[in-house]
Amino acid sequence: MSAIQHQNFSTSISSSTSTFLGKTEFKNIKSLNVLIPSKISGVVKCVASPSAEKTTECEIILLDFDEAYKTKVSRNENMAKLQAGYLFPEIARRKAAHMSKFPDARVISLGIGDTTEPIPEVITSAMSKRSIALSTVDGYSGYGAEQGEKKLRASIASTYYANLGIEEDDIFVSDGAKSDISRLQVLFGSNVTISVQDPSYPAYVDSSVILGQTGQFQKDVEKFGNIEYMKCTPENGFFPDLSTVRRTDVIFFCSPNNPTGCAASRDQLTKLVQFAKENGSIIVYDSAYAMYVSDDSPRSIFEIPGAKEVALEVSSFSKYAGFTGVRLGWTAVPKELLYSNGFPVAKDFNRIVCTCFNGASNIAQAGGLACVSPEGIKAMQNVVGFYKENTDIIVDTFNSLGFKVYGGKNAPYVWVHFPGQSSWDVFGEILEKTHVVTTPGSGFGPGGEGFIRVSAFGNRENVLEACKRFKQLYK
Amino acid sequence: ITAQENENGKSYSTKVARNPKMERLRYNYLFPEISARELQHVTEYPNAKVISLGIGDTTEPLPDVVASSMANVSFVYSGSKYAHSLSTLKGYKGYGAEQGSKELRKAISETFYKDMGIKDTEVFVSDGAQCDISRLQLLFGSNMSIAVQDPIFPAYIDSSVIIGQAGDVEKESGTYQNVEYMKCEPQNSFFPDLSKTASTDIIFFCSPNNPSGHAATYEQLEELVQFAQENGSIIVYDSAYAVYITEDRPRSIYEIPGAKKVAIEVSSFSKIAGFTGVRLGWTVVPEELLYANGYPVINDFNRIVCTCFNGASRIAQAGGLASLTSDGFKAVLSLVDYYKENAEILLETFQSVGLRAYGGINAPYLWVHFPGSNSWDVFNEILEKTHIITVPGSGFGPAGKEFIRVTAFGHRENILEASNRLRNLLS
Repeated sequence: MSAIQHQNFSTSISSSTSTFLGKTEFKNIKSLNVLIPSKISGVVKCVASPSAEKTTECEIILLDFDEAYKTKVSRNENMAKLQAGYLFPEIARRKAAHMSKFPDARVISLGIGDTTEPIPEVITSAMSKRSIALSTVDGYSGYGAEQGEKKLRASIASTYYANLGIEEDDIFVSDGAKSDISRLQVLFGSNVTISVQDPSYPAYVDSSVILGQTGQFQKDVEKFGNIEYMKCTPENGFFPDLSTVRRTDVIFFCSPNNPTGCAASRDQLTKLVQFAKENGSIIVYDSAYAMYVSDDSPRSIFEIPGAKEVALEVSSFSKYAGFTGVRLGWTAVPKELLYSNGFPVAKDFNRIVCTCFNGASNIAQAGGLACVSPEGIKAMQNVVGFYKENTDIIVDTFNSLGFKVYGGKNAPYVWVHFPGQSSWDVFGEILEKTHVVTTPGSGFGPGGEGFIRVSAFGNRENVLEACKRFKQLYK
Repeated sequence: ITAQENENGKSYSTKVARNPKMERLRYNYLFPEISARELQHVTEYPNAKVISLGIGDTTEPLPDVVASSMANVSFVYSGSKYAHSLSTLKGYKGYGAEQGSKELRKAISETFYKDMGIKDTEVFVSDGAQCDISRLQLLFGSNMSIAVQDPIFPAYIDSSVIIGQAGDVEKESGTYQNVEYMKCEPQNSFFPDLSKTASTDIIFFCSPNNPSGHAATYEQLEELVQFAQENGSIIVYDSAYAVYITEDRPRSIYEIPGAKKVAIEVSSFSKIAGFTGVRLGWTVVPEELLYANGYPVINDFNRIVCTCFNGASRIAQAGGLASLTSDGFKAVLSLVDYYKENAEILLETFQSVGLRAYGGINAPYLWVHFPGSNSWDVFNEILEKTHIITVPGSGFGPAGKEFIRVTAFGHRENILEASNRLRNLLS
């Protein structure tokens, strides 16, 4: 008998139905409206719609369990712990399903934090030049240093870490923060404990699960065992009460924060560094949105005295230069950061970078060098400024509608409170009634329930139109 | 790197234990070591013209059609007919699909897997094979046993150690407890005796082989696929050098019937299109490849790609696509031919001085036998006396002890000069 063996992999189909789609909807597989039966190839079948660009396309399911040849290799049980697809492909799937349902609607995306404005010419012309140079005898280069081109490393150090004691050889250029986070997890290994802000960018938790640092997902509290979730709410000013946080080896801290948009103050970060020092922890500080800071909040953890002994910092050109598709970022690992046996973390990270990576694309690096030139910095500030204006418009809109609105001042994210409501329900309602894609707060952790993240990336016309529609919906 | 002292004169250490798996890595990764030796030598002999036949790094410029596609995707001067660059409103695109652009996935499946039933949705575009190998290790997790060829490109073993599969290192031999080493030597025509090979979960198999240059035959790969089927193993097949094949050898594992149920294939544009610095590759995971419980491997690999990666650079992908057009592919294959001619020259050189040089016919590597020698000694002697960088065979595993790997990448004049020097030294 041919049967779809659901029970064997509750994380495949139900991966589309679990916490992300809310407990009240989609209990029954058959009512899953994103299921579009398509290609059947013998023993497997592809489900889910492969339309929008950033989707995970097919989930492959097994049709005939008895007939199919199976290897004897066990599935990595860490992968089985993951509850669903990564958050943003899930959002893309929902968007695609919506667009199929309403082909004439002008769907506006303020969901995935994807940049929309063209890359400044000073940067793209550098990448174009490098591309052409690769077709010349003198300009051709093969493998680059895995840590990045010297000039770029030096310029990143001098641009972002001047006077902070972070030097060229502390900088490791990468293909972006997401890849760096996983490489850092590979570096730390499976025996470390981590803490994350709640809510937080899902890659920290997901990569932790994959590496085997966590226990099972506990459905009642929507948390993975063995992770310390540091709740960040309006009540605590979106900074955790460290006196209630238990010690972990690694502390992931993102500021300005994705998704809440809040930037930690100098005082708060001083407390964090002290907390890490007392506990002998390592802070992985994600500063991908530092250029969005408007006030005097720190832009780098290394502005805090003592931070070099307890922290490393990850950043990215994605949201500064529109490099989301070009792929370029960096991680700064101070020489002073040591394991308990005195071994420098940077030495092992270097080994990881040399073994598990082969350097960022040389063309992207040429673009990066232009980014941190004086002209490039001005150009990036203009781009950032544009998105900040978008943010202001969105903040004003929700304020005027009487919502409690957070973030938006130091980050391109607006964190809107819908007290007592399921964030996936609100997401669904906004999508249905205004054709605007947002991101439900619970996708970022249980602390995000009751919130919606609205991202400020979009062209001005779309942002204005979206705000108009919000006003109509919530007037 | 040394830690600095704080004002109390003592270095502060965190309480985070160093990952014990990192401690099991015996040496630095092989190729940075070779680079460091080269730098040392260049410093010592500033007037010597050092020729590198060491790291397998491409040297010839990209074809115009490929370079200009990447240039045009970035930026075009106003007045150009190309309106779709990243610096224009119309042309700007942000995040791409983590699995790669549809067009490129399709082009890869059509160019390299024609008539093998590999779909575009089974192709995952990456920033290169080295990264893919580590992502595959993340996918498999630490509870896997692995088998590798001996000798072999070190990334399979090193990534295995880092993820925790390999166990402890045996100090004398430098081999790892939990790794099955499949000896490949002249006596067995560089294909392991599978009847003597223990069953493991994963079998890494690189063909054409880096470093030995051997391309497995159809019969050999049929045997390998059967072996995998009997043991329920997964083959990770590295076909990065397939376009260098001259003889009648399979270019993809999927030419072997049944392979889709047992094998993943990893490949790269590095040695096809000179993309060593541009960074582009791919991995094929067939839908039919299932874990013991029936769960499709492709679903988990997709999850890894979406969580631990954010797609290969758009610009690199544009270059990849251009290299697979009719003109582009002709152009990149002519560069492959150039390197193959280099290999012929080097093969002839070693043969002329009476040395057995394997490979060089189906791969851009020569595997030269110096019987009774220690490869690091030979490496050093060649470097000292001819200022040529090679790679000592023992860097690729114990079976490499008496061998030297010589790459065929290089400007023709350097290859010819190197050949002269080697002839003088070795005859």
